[in-house]
Amino acid sequence: MRLILRNGFVYDPLNGINGEKMDICIENGKIVEDVKDAKVIDCSGKVVMPGGVEIHSHIAGGKVNTGRIMRPEDHLKNVMPKTRLTRAANGYSTPSTFLTGYLYAKLGYTTAFTAAMPPLMARHTHEELHDIPMLDKGALTLMGNNWFVMRYLKRGDVELAAAFAAWLLRAAKGYAIKVVNPGGGEAWGWGRDVRNLDDPVPHFDITPREIITGLTRVNEMLSLPHSIHLHANNLGRVGNYLTTLETMELANGTKPARERQVVQLTHVQFHSYGGDSWRTFASEAESIAKAVNSKDNVIVDVGQVVFGDTTTMTADGPMEYYLSSLTGLKWSNRNIELETSPGVTPFIYSKRSPVAAVQWAIGLELALHIKDPLKVLLTTDHPNGAPFFRYPTIIAWLMSSRYREETMKEVHGAAQRNTTLATIDREYDFYEIAAVTRAGQAKSLGLAEKGHLGAGADADVAVYDINPEEVDPSRDYKLVEERFSATSYTIKDGEIVVKDGEIVKVVNGRTLYVDAKVDSELERELERDLDYYFKRFYSVNLANYPVQEVYLTRPTPIEVKTNVR
Amino acid sequence: MREVVLTPKEQPPYGLIAECISCDVFAGRSIEEIEALPVYYGNRQGKLGDFFDVAGEPADKAGELRIIIEGDVTKTRWIGRDMSAGEIVIKGSADMYVGAWMSGGRIVVEGDVGTFSGMQMRGGELHVKGSAGDYLGCSYRGEWRGMSGGRIVVEGNAGAEVGQNLNGGRIFVRGSVDTFAGVRMKKGLLVVGSAIDRVGAQMTGGAIVVLNGVQRLLPGFDPAGDVENPEIEGESFEGVFRKYTGDHAERNARGVLYIKV
Ligand SMILES: [Zn+2]
Repeated sequence: MRLILRNGFVYDPLNGINGEKMDICIENGKIVEDVKDAKVIDCSGKVVMPGGVEIHSHIAGGKVNTGRIMRPEDHLKNVMPKTRLTRAANGYSTPSTFLTGYLYAKLGYTTAFTAAMPPLMARHTHEELHDIPMLDKGALTLMGNNWFVMRYLKRGDVELAAAFAAWLLRAAKGYAIKVVNPGGGEAWGWGRDVRNLDDPVPHFDITPREIITGLTRVNEMLSLPHSIHLHANNLGRVGNYLTTLETMELANGTKPARERQVVQLTHVQFHSYGGDSWRTFASEAESIAKAVNSKDNVIVDVGQVVFGDTTTMTADGPMEYYLSSLTGLKWSNRNIELETSPGVTPFIYSKRSPVAAVQWAIGLELALHIKDPLKVLLTTDHPNGAPFFRYPTIIAWLMSSRYREETMKEVHGAAQRNTTLATIDREYDFYEIAAVTRAGQAKSLGLAEKGHLGAGADADVAVYDINPEEVDPSRDYKLVEERFSATSYTIKDGEIVVKDGEIVKVVNGRTLYVDAKVDSELERELERDLDYYFKRFYSVNLANYPVQEVYLTRPTPIEVKTNVR
Repeated sequence: MREVVLTPKEQPPYGLIAECISCDVFAGRSIEEIEALPVYYGNRQGKLGDFFDVAGEPADKAGELRIIIEGDVTKTRWIGRDMSAGEIVIKGSADMYVGAWMSGGRIVVEGDVGTFSGMQMRGGELHVKGSAGDYLGCSYRGEWRGMSGGRIVVEGNAGAEVGQNLNGGRIFVRGSVDTFAGVRMKKGLLVVGSAIDRVGAQMTGGAIVVLNGVQRLLPGFDPAGDVENPEIEGESFEGVFRKYTGDHAERNARGVLYIKV
């Protein structure tokens, strides 16, 4: 299919295009310089951006399904009957797989990465991803509490750890190394947690510091497309910003193997807490932002809170237990053998709660205090801070200090007193919105053909019905919120999939995974270990562990040449 | 008050989902429009008029309307769902979910109601002259915030888990109730004739009154003396009642249980 998106206001930060009126040409699913005999779509008076890229969202896997099972009452919301094209769907904080795809497409997103896949649950995760239409997909793969990883790193065998990480990504069909509460997940198996970077993990005698620096080295030795994706220790704890600052220092001196950061600290809103008790709970977003501004190899994503009822789910088992003990609400916990221990519990961010009000402000503070928008990516850590389809509200907050003030009036006074949000005048423009919702994500993930509209990029495009010459987002924030909720057009691989906010074509995206090759002798050494450990400790046979490509929609391996031994 | 009369025709052999039978939905609609309202059965959609003869005089406002169902509708579900005003009189028995999420108005049932009736009610009144099934005035599956307001009266018996997660409002069952009455209750008042066992399990607040005895009491309830002609949650009771607090299997439990001596 050949298309010309004519005369829109184009925002393409990776190519430095800031609202220029121009045509975008599409042929064979790619952006091209020029195209003949094409269908013309009039985009005059509209905003044109690359398709949105979601970098951290819990959309598939065991936790997500546990959330669905635990919360039948959540399925009463968002009930949508089937149509000629789309399947019946429901769910608010735990939407069904199909609904997840449709809702992202309506927001103009064309790619999404699920945030935490336990390798043992990879087959299940891919079965769910299989049923998420409209998007290219990938899975961040949990390694921060993995027995092999901890053993190899403890004895200083980084090569073998790298060989294992490469094998695990291939076996689980994963895309990147995800680290969640390093060491804490394993300690949770003993009813404990780790509370600082030097707190040793029971029986492994390794520290979070050693796990993080070790996996950082592994990631760069393997030259993986994404950096390590780190959910730091002490999530959600009062005063945890000190741990976060210390964790950032661990990236010092490491040169990235590619043009990207060395670490992405994820949902950093949950890690920017000051005070010494819930009574004195306060924002330390400014300290965190200052540190990010001063470093060139660390980026963050926000993990913004939006008020309402949601379901929290993380691979951070001890944290979920802690949270459920604060709220008294139902709770689920699992132990994934040698790998991780996730938990799930509902949470209500109430406007009347001082803690929730401060959490809300912290996310926005981070986005507004960090200067370079390519270093602060917009996420809600779906569904932990809010469901992803609340992005339009967050975009409107970022673009309008007046909207933030209006909201501030409705929420507990702690947001005013214990954060700097009320003092910030900065308002994002469309260029910066494009940076924090797609360009930065694609850059961070090392996806050269996504997040921009230069020739050769995937023809994934979002067109929003906003005329930047007429609309003043600072004043017309409600309009901005509404128009970012449903695109005029979403184009996936050169095909129109959403028109005027309605799904007009259902497509299946690619599943991206990393295929990194290491030295064959090293691989044989690893195999001997795998054999022994699987027989001894795993509930599954080694041969049944790797996920076959048949489980993936449009399997797309990213081949990586490594320099491991 | 104006009246719209629904006379049941042949009912389907399985559940008829008719959440449209509500004064709020009927208000402002003509008889023809009411007949055309959607109902669901199995995987099919039909019209209310396929299952009921509709007659009478519709009203513009829900509060000015009484809906009368002439006879048994034992396969019809969700009557009065989300209703905020007006009155429904069912001259027979109805199926599940009568008055679910109702916030105002009144529903009178001359026969019995099925399970989950009065679910998560917020206001108004549900009066059942016959008996109710399980989960009367309970919360939806998985939901921990139960009925929060209004009043349910059952003149006959009710099934298990009456007032589960009760979070406000009042439930009166004149006859007997099955196991787990008032389970996980936090607020409000539950009055029952007699109960079998596990009354008030995991309750942390509110009051339960049992007029004709409990077969077996949970160990998490501590006796707190006898009271005569007590006033409980604004209602007066006659006679001597043994008072208990609990369920102390829960932390900070402030529930109160009264059993008539
Ligand atoms: Zn997450």
